[in-house]
Amino acid sequence: MDSLPFAQRVGIVTGGSRGIGGAITTLLAEDGATVAVLGLPEDRERAHRLASLLNGAASRLHFYETDVAVYNRCQEAVAAVLREHGRIDFLVNNAGITRDHTVRKMTVEEWEAVLRVNLSGPFFMIKAVLDTMIQQEYGRIVNISSVVGEAGNFGQANYAAAKAGLIGLTKTVALEVAKRGITVNAVAPGFIDTDMTRAMPLAAIENAIEQTPGQRLGRPEEVAEVVRFLLDERSGYITGAVYNINGGWYM
Amino acid sequence: MFEGRVALVTGGTRGIGAAITECLVESGASVAAGYSRGKENAEQFVKRLGTNGSRVTVHQGRVDDVDDCNRVVKEVMDRFGRIDYLVNNAGITVDKTVRKMTVDDWRQVLDVNLSGAFQMTKALLEHMIERGSGRIVNISSVIGETGNVGQANYAASKAGLFGFTKSLALEMAQRGITVNCVAPGFIETEMVAAIPEPVLAKVVEKIPQRRLGRPEEVARVVRFLLEDESSYITGAVYSINGGLDM
Repeated sequence: MDSLPFAQRVGIVTGGSRGIGGAITTLLAEDGATVAVLGLPEDRERAHRLASLLNGAASRLHFYETDVAVYNRCQEAVAAVLREHGRIDFLVNNAGITRDHTVRKMTVEEWEAVLRVNLSGPFFMIKAVLDTMIQQEYGRIVNISSVVGEAGNFGQANYAAAKAGLIGLTKTVALEVAKRGITVNAVAPGFIDTDMTRAMPLAAIENAIEQTPGQRLGRPEEVAEVVRFLLDERSGYITGAVYNINGGWYM
Repeated sequence: MFEGRVALVTGGTRGIGAAITECLVESGASVAAGYSRGKENAEQFVKRLGTNGSRVTVHQGRVDDVDDCNRVVKEVMDRFGRIDYLVNNAGITVDKTVRKMTVDDWRQVLDVNLSGAFQMTKALLEHMIERGSGRIVNISSVIGETGNVGQANYAASKAGLFGFTKSLALEMAQRGITVNCVAPGFIETEMVAAIPEPVLAKVVEKIPQRRLGRPEEVARVVRFLLEDESSYITGAVYSINGGLDM
């Protein structure tokens, strides 16, 4: 097992029980990492199901109930991971929600809910793990942004703002910890075949595929490959970067 | 990982290109490495690869010469029968401020760094289209995004590669061919070693990580983009620069 690339590595994937997060968790656990999946109460069951599908890696997936929108809950979850596993080598800020409406109809609550989970959540999580990573003089942080953060999208002012904000957060933290063995990068997926995308109206999905030069949705596993690449110890010179994977939807 | 696959790497016997050749050969590919000057260096390079060297061929030619591009592609096809990956890596610098830069200095750099990529691509694109698969990676530079004093020609050529990459990515999106850019920062190569020491010290001072990158680190990004699993990544620019330009 020591020959696996992530053997002895411990990390956190927020929203890691489903969608893109689930694919990231699977890939890393199968590569030998101990993965702490952070999620809401309703994700616990999903996480267990995911673990049962892992080939011989089930014991490396651990679920921690939390809400990334609440700072002290992030701190508690990180403390629990540290207590039980001793270190945190990587953090993947993947948890995200949508509350789609055009700005005219978007309520302040919808705006704030998305900003809080998708943008403040990563800030809270980074804050909660950063001292540990600095002490270790090693860390890999990947924030899952979105093509929508770069291009905007009809009906997604809140989501686009949060995902664009995440790029600013990524680059700033990358600068602040550049000399401490910690890299911070963003992955910006296009339209990926997940529950979140499937919740879109069918016409909107068809439109997204139509606008994607590759003429298909991406698969969560394809995004997970990019994340794994950035989390690799050997990717140490890549920091502050935004890696797109979108079938050519936005360049 | 790349067993049975064939890569053509321009400028593939020195600097970043040599690291790419080495990385791909280690991953099982056969590699045709182009070079313009330095036959001896090219042959030494293959020798240094040891047993892996048996899967490497070197090809002399200038990417700014259409006939050379076509001939090299033919040589590679004759030898290996297919080309799965093209890495447009060959590049030169002729540094001068614009006031002192001659038209010839400008043209030379554009011809190699930008037109060279276009010509090499053209020479094997039909082959990739026929096969319905292919990967093209263009080696751009952080300078293409930021510009740099004394490098108007280099910056223009490297920025031009972004436009070329994205346009070709669109044109090839439904043909199983991805086209991407890797944009390295300052990497430990002969090209960077040619920068006068005090200037280089200032450059490193500006890199958030306070170090130059290694050619092998860039090669890993290129290899990643060439993988079968990377088929949804196209028209992208993957930077690797220690935080220099974000």
